[in-house]
Amino acid sequence: MGTPATVRAWESHFTLYRTIWKSNMLGAFLQPLLYLVGMGLGVGALVDRGDNAENLLDGLTYFQFLAPGLLATTAMMVCTNEAMWPVMGGFKWMRGFHAQAASPLSPGEVAGGLALWHATKGLISVTGVAAVLALFAETRSFGLLLAVPFGALTGVAFAAPLTAWSATRESDNSFPAINRFIIMPLFLFGGAFYPISQLPNWMESIAKVTPLWHGVELCRGAVHGRLGVGEALVHIAVLVSLALVGWLAARITFARKLAA
Amino acid sequence: MITLAGLPLRIVPVQVMQATRPHRMLERQWMVNRAGGWMVLLSGFFEPLFYLLSIRVGFGALVGDVEDGGRLIPYAEFVAPALMAASAMNGALYESTMNVFFRLKYDKVYDAALATPLTSGDVALGEIGYATIRGALYSSAFLVTMWALGMTSSAWAIGMLPVAILISFAFSAIGMAATTYMRSWADFEYVPSIMLPMFLFSATFYPLSSYGDWQWVVQISPLYHGVAMTRSLNLGEWSWAFGGHLVVLVAMALFGVTLTAKRIERLLLP
Amino acid sequence: MPTDSNAPLITAEHLVKRFGDFVAVDGIDVEVPRGESFGFLGPNGAGKSSTMRMIGCVSPVTEGRLRIFGLDPATDGKQIRSRMGVVPQMDQLDEQLTVEDNMILYGRYFDIPRAECKRRAKELLEFVQLTDRAKSKIEPLSGGMKRRVTIARSLINEPELLLLDEPTTGLDPQARHVLWDRLYRLKQRGVTLVLTTHYMDEAEQLCDRLVVMDQGKIVAMGSPRELIEKHSPREVLELRYPAGTNDERASDLDGVGNRREVLPDRVLIYADDGEAALAEVHRRGSRPESALVRRSSLEDVFLRLTGRSLVD
Ligand SMILES: Nc1ncnc2c1ncn2[C@@H]1O[C@H](COP(=O)(O)OP(=O)(O)O)[C@@H](O)[C@H]1O
Ligand SMILES: [Mg+2]
Repeated sequence: MGTPATVRAWESHFTLYRTIWKSNMLGAFLQPLLYLVGMGLGVGALVDRGDNAENLLDGLTYFQFLAPGLLATTAMMVCTNEAMWPVMGGFKWMRGFHAQAASPLSPGEVAGGLALWHATKGLISVTGVAAVLALFAETRSFGLLLAVPFGALTGVAFAAPLTAWSATRESDNSFPAINRFIIMPLFLFGGAFYPISQLPNWMESIAKVTPLWHGVELCRGAVHGRLGVGEALVHIAVLVSLALVGWLAARITFARKLAA
Repeated sequence: MITLAGLPLRIVPVQVMQATRPHRMLERQWMVNRAGGWMVLLSGFFEPLFYLLSIRVGFGALVGDVEDGGRLIPYAEFVAPALMAASAMNGALYESTMNVFFRLKYDKVYDAALATPLTSGDVALGEIGYATIRGALYSSAFLVTMWALGMTSSAWAIGMLPVAILISFAFSAIGMAATTYMRSWADFEYVPSIMLPMFLFSATFYPLSSYGDWQWVVQISPLYHGVAMTRSLNLGEWSWAFGGHLVVLVAMALFGVTLTAKRIERLLLP
Repeated sequence: MPTDSNAPLITAEHLVKRFGDFVAVDGIDVEVPRGESFGFLGPNGAGKSSTMRMIGCVSPVTEGRLRIFGLDPATDGKQIRSRMGVVPQMDQLDEQLTVEDNMILYGRYFDIPRAECKRRAKELLEFVQLTDRAKSKIEPLSGGMKRRVTIARSLINEPELLLLDEPTTGLDPQARHVLWDRLYRLKQRGVTLVLTTHYMDEAEQLCDRLVVMDQGKIVAMGSPRELIEKHSPREVLELRYPAGTNDERASDLDGVGNRREVLPDRVLIYADDGEAALAEVHRRGSRPESALVRRSSLEDVFLRLTGRSLVD
């Protein structure tokens, strides 16, 4: 990536974003803040006075446990949405991709520009969450600087394969099902709100192969400075491969769609 | 002198009082869904399953028991009724905001209906009615799932259903009224900024007493009044406070329906 | 209060519609007897749709008196609407339903039993020649087809009065002719048609009687023939000169024909005998790039009455 042509394709997405960034940023900042106060502090008070919380949470308070996970879940939510309706719009409603392809950009560059945009969007929203985390002493650490790219990487690991798939769809009929049957369960069972060791064994094994869990572990480890190098490399490898495979697939599906 | 029977006539405007065929709007929805929308509706039943399961296997052990009103309640049984109330709100709002906006601004469904003997009151009541039904369907699914997962605490839990329907009605009405003020899709970006705090801070996840001196803020949230009732009913408890909760939700519903009918008249019958 | 069959279907006296300070309809008087085909002819913004919406009981009358079927829209809107069919300026078809379901649902809005709705839908789709599209969604239909569905839908309650707001605007010539043919048949069946248009050929084709509207006011009323005879000589000579020289060339033509209009793209000369006028033009040594003699039309009437062309 990083060729000027891809950057040109990225620019069109960025230009569009500048028109809606205000309400968008408000949501990106406000939602994690609300979750942190509502769940982290509120439910945290209930959790921390229990006796078994201490060892379940590895010595973290509930607030410390929950907060970093929000970096990963936010990136997932934001990036998956970007990879569904806007992709359909680029081909079908607004036809922005067709317009790009009619200029000297190749389909691969159109897909590359979009991937770059997803990384940008992930980065923006994760930075918003990190800013919220920095407000609280319990989560204020230099590890946040590391957690931000980890969060964005999680977002891209979701966006890339989903983009490739969305480009093969003819209508947006199936998108709500993606949210309902993939994103929602990951949000609830992916280890952001409670340790996955709580889950029955079979569910735990599934959780461990989902990209969200890897992202949550990376962010949590980074923020609390307890991330082993070997462990980190595994998590990163999983997320990077998903992103790469997705991006390559998107190059193919975009080429097909734009040739048609 | 205002007699008691005459009171509704004074509060509810003519647009609504003269509504004679709001069920035609329901018939429309039935025809639309008959053509395949049922799948979307059906798949909505999975949401309660996921939520309740995560509470049961995940949060439950983490939190243990919660003290509410002087007794200890397993956390799952404490949260589940609140989530049922929230799902009634969510289902109702989803339908009465985005979907209504589409029919109002793009599909021109209401313009077409108003050219026939249907009135603004018919449209308002019919559409709010449908959103209510949708919210009620979700909450029924919720109740069934709760029961199946052993999270209901008494047979009175069945009483949560009418409460959920009232919650749906109140939020559908307010949601549709708010939608008539929306100018474009961009305005909907602000909806989560209202819904999320309501979801999180209506004594949903921890007892009202946790809020200390700030309890009055929670009591402003209409969802709280629904949560308070579903939670009590799940435990098989009644109290006089229900009267107050009901008044809040009914007032909200009446206000919403009235405002919606007036706004439709203003927007579409200039 | 049922009306006797001789009473006018629509009576408007000094009808006014204001939006805030803006006057959209400025005191018009209209009477439409049963069985007539009546038209409002005027350019964009003349106030045609505002008038139609008042008649359709979806817009309150600001001032004046309006009666439809002898009833007052302010108090009996529901009753009036139940006896009327409306084809609005923009199709408002339900994109979430099929063609047939659009019609059935519309019938249900009038409390017509479902089975009867189905029967009528079938019949009406046949009438507008769309039987093979009954199960189709709305989106793939062409503009002309959508218009025909809207017309078929507006007939589901077997209305005594049909309001058509610009029924053929934006359609290609062939689609327009199909529509005119269907509307003509409705007229023959005794349905009272009230339509707006800014096409003079449409008004001439469909209207027994019409009013010419401009800036909220009625500037002329009569049958198409009467209007032309009254406001315009029988024939028009259209001359085209090289671009930009119209004004200068026109001054050579003083005294040719009864009247002269200089438009940006051509010069019009009104005369009882167009050929004679053309001969006179040639005799004076004027050499237009092209010359055409035609019968004068409502377009010419409008130009005469307002000094502006109808379609800009
Ligand atoms: N709802 C409204 N609010 C304000 N002005 C309106 C409204 N509807 C129409 N108008 C104005 O009234 C004038 C007449 O419009 P209309 O009746 O639609 O004309 P026509 O149908 O002849 O083109 C126009 O200038 C239009 O802008
Ligand atoms: Mg108009």
